[in-house]
Amino acid sequence: MFGRLAAQRLNEIRTAFRRTTQASRSFSTALNYHIDTPDNNPDLPWEFNDANKEKVKEILSFYPSNYKQSAVIPLLDLAQQQNGGWLPVSAMNAVAKVIEVAPIRVYEVATFYTMFNRTKVGKYHLLVCGTTPCMIRGSRGIEEAILKHLGVKRNEVTKDGLFSVGEMECMANIKKKDARILK
Amino acid sequence: MGLGLLASRALRSSRILRSPSNGGPTYFLRTIVSTPELNNADAAAAVQGNPPPPPDLPKRNPVGGARVHFPNPDDAIEVFVDGYPVKIPKGMTVLQACEIAGVDIPRFCYHNRLSIAGNCRMCLVEVEKSPKPVASCAMPALPGMKIKTDTPIAKKAREGVMEFLLMNHPLDCPICDQGGECDLQDQSMAFGSDRGRFTEMKRSVVDKNLGPLVKTVMTRCIQCTRCVRFASEVAGVEDLGMLGRGSGEEIGTYVEKLMTSELSGNVIDICPVGALTSKPFAFKARNWELKGTESIDVTDAVGSNIRIDSRGPEVMRVVPRLNEDINEEWISDKTRFFYDGLKRQRLNDPMIRGADGRFKAVSWRDALAIVAEVMHQIKPEEIVGVAGKLSDAESMMALKDLLNKMGSNNIFCEGNGMHPNADLRSGYIMNTSISGLEKADAFLLVGTQPRVEAAMVNARIHKTVKATHAKVGYVGPAADFNYDHQHLGTGPQTLVEIAEGRHPFSSALKNAKNPVIIVGAGVFDREDKDAVFAAVDTIAKNNNVVRPDWNGLNVLLLNAAQAAALDLGLVPESDKCIDSAKFVYLMGADDVNLDKLPDDAFVVYQGHHGDRGVYRANVILPASAFTEKEGTYENTEGCAQITLPAVPTVGDARDDWKIIRALSEVAGVRLPYDSLGAIRSRIRTVAPNLLEVDERQPATFSTSLRPEVSQKVSSTPFTPAVENFYMTDAITRASKIMAQCSALLKK
Ligand code: SF4
Ligand code: FES
Ligand code: FES
Repeated sequence: MFGRLAAQRLNEIRTAFRRTTQASRSFSTALNYHIDTPDNNPDLPWEFNDANKEKVKEILSFYPSNYKQSAVIPLLDLAQQQNGGWLPVSAMNAVAKVIEVAPIRVYEVATFYTMFNRTKVGKYHLLVCGTTPCMIRGSRGIEEAILKHLGVKRNEVTKDGLFSVGEMECMANIKKKDARILK
Repeated sequence: MGLGLLASRALRSSRILRSPSNGGPTYFLRTIVSTPELNNADAAAAVQGNPPPPPDLPKRNPVGGARVHFPNPDDAIEVFVDGYPVKIPKGMTVLQACEIAGVDIPRFCYHNRLSIAGNCRMCLVEVEKSPKPVASCAMPALPGMKIKTDTPIAKKAREGVMEFLLMNHPLDCPICDQGGECDLQDQSMAFGSDRGRFTEMKRSVVDKNLGPLVKTVMTRCIQCTRCVRFASEVAGVEDLGMLGRGSGEEIGTYVEKLMTSELSGNVIDICPVGALTSKPFAFKARNWELKGTESIDVTDAVGSNIRIDSRGPEVMRVVPRLNEDINEEWISDKTRFFYDGLKRQRLNDPMIRGADGRFKAVSWRDALAIVAEVMHQIKPEEIVGVAGKLSDAESMMALKDLLNKMGSNNIFCEGNGMHPNADLRSGYIMNTSISGLEKADAFLLVGTQPRVEAAMVNARIHKTVKATHAKVGYVGPAADFNYDHQHLGTGPQTLVEIAEGRHPFSSALKNAKNPVIIVGAGVFDREDKDAVFAAVDTIAKNNNVVRPDWNGLNVLLLNAAQAAALDLGLVPESDKCIDSAKFVYLMGADDVNLDKLPDDAFVVYQGHHGDRGVYRANVILPASAFTEKEGTYENTEGCAQITLPAVPTVGDARDDWKIIRALSEVAGVRLPYDSLGAIRSRIRTVAPNLLEVDERQPATFSTSLRPEVSQKVSSTPFTPAVENFYMTDAITRASKIMAQCSALLKK
């Protein structure tokens, strides 16, 4: 009897907390698969520029030559920096070629880490923390305000290409009530 | 005996090994190994040498008849599973130790032919002195370990894992094709709760397009990554991956891409849930309605062991059977999905072509009378018999006997060329044996593309290359390989260069401990085949390929009938026999070149499909397909195996050998056998090895007995022997699914 009451109460609390009935997906980039678009498809050429080619060599030199694939994260990071904060699929293919693995092994890594953006982001990429403590302290409201102000949806870029909004995980910044990072 | 143990006993985790047709549950799978005891006598001895278990413990048998093999007897360690001591070799995991002790541990991600992932956590067991339950599949067994599989802790841990797995699972078993043979379903019966505590939305995942063979319902996926590991480790195509993280994790190819592997259908079997199922089989039948018949695949020369699942008169699906020596537990996509060809374009009545060029159905009596009459009017030398790719040994024997009785000796099997060498068995079989390829450390492939000619042999080579980094040299036209290889050249001159030691690859062969040479059967059709084989023999001699302890000289055949045909001596008297033939008996032969056949020749086509062969036929005699008859087939490594009838024959069709036997009676040259047993006694006098079923019969004499050849190799490059992997014979050409696959292939 008690158990049932307690469960009922718990359920009420939960429903109150759930703001939408639709579970929203929470990733820096929405999808875990790639959809060809004019500015992001495997046929577009992409290469490290000359300055970065040097850096690629340097990064590779940290790893034994038979474990080149260990360099995947630094190389993806380099590619993302070169490409204005996001990774088109052809950049990932270029990384795969450098470390001599199948492209899917690079996609796996890039989709795992939320700070690799696989769709276009704005010049300033705002990330709102979605982890529990921040959420309880109202990060959802902040996100809503930002989105409303910018007039975009999550993971969309403003028309002028300046801003985009995403969600991220705990940055250990809860003291400041809410964490946003700019990129 | 605790609940956990009971439950885990009742579970069979590897569902392909279970035959659902048996009605009652089968706990022990059938392992087919040629000579289990001979293979590892010391292991058998070691197992027997165990101290007898304490009397109060019931005797346990290893799960599925698993056998222990001790590579080094000193390395044996002893562990205790639920108090029962077992001796296992060092390096085994806890899960394997439990299996040997007779405890089946529930699992999802562990698969004994794939690398260990350890990500489902279903296999948790308690180990004494360890603070937490351990994932037994990833934990190496240590000496003296005390493993407990049926304690409350282990059970609770598994129940927890199960609850998490079911949290996001759609629970749509009633509409799931895996229902009834689903690991998740089975194990939730033992470890699942009757209600869920998860009240949030379940996640959903977009389905992926993996081509015409594999249907995906990705929401059902439990992220075990078996399919990912299978694709990269066994199939050798790195297309699948695990994308995303946390509850957003999903299996996919990221970019729009089909899985282009000839083994892709196997992911259906290894997927423990219904996330990857068979597209052609979708919503067609429930697996408990199916009758399983253990049979042999005939679409290539490998003779993969299959189970034909049928419902009534219809073949519903084909799944692999375990055979360590041949196909392990995989089969190629062609084997798995060609079955719909068995329902199309079938010949079901005897037919005679009338004066107007149209076929008219007649009775067997009339058809046989006409054939017998024509046969008697023709000079014996002008009678030719051709056995098709799918012929079994019994009917080939009968056809040869019939023709011999008529006075002709012009009989051959398509694919063997017009002057095959049937004298030395080692000259046309795979002497290393398919499983023996795993010991090789250098391969020389001559005019053969194993990936399309014999996908299961290719899987072995891939496995070997992956494990030992064996070098592969390939001579032939540019081809697709799924492992590292060197393309040495396109024509036989390269062989001569290697034979004379002028080629860089010769040193690789020389340094190899167990070199293997594989010659493709496409070479049989070449004019200079003797010279090619002579060159290969020289390479073999120079590189120590054939030694008392190792025979690395192989021929990879293309068709199921080839090896038995050569064993039975189906060699034409003259290689021009077709040009002067007046009477041709095609027994399922569709790919034989009849361009040179004189126009007035009388052609009898006996077969099951209205394929190329019937275009020229005057009389059609309908025969049964391999799913409908019992027949002996010898595979490329010289192992005879038997198909069994799974479904009734179509229409008025009869078994091949029965038709020939009846014809012989009508023609007045009665063949002296009335049953399969009697034919087999006849075969015993010609090729007794064909009666040693399921046991590989190695060739006794090496090819060094071959006569000297003076022929020189020509400069014509080798040609691909199989143009289209998916369409190689009458059945596969009739199959719609295979047509879809080849359409994708051409794209
Ligand atoms: S699709 Fe099947 S095999 Fe692949 S990870 Fe999911 S459950 Fe495992
Ligand atoms: S929970 Fe938001 S920063 Fe830690
Ligand atoms: S079977 Fe051990 S973790 Fe999956």
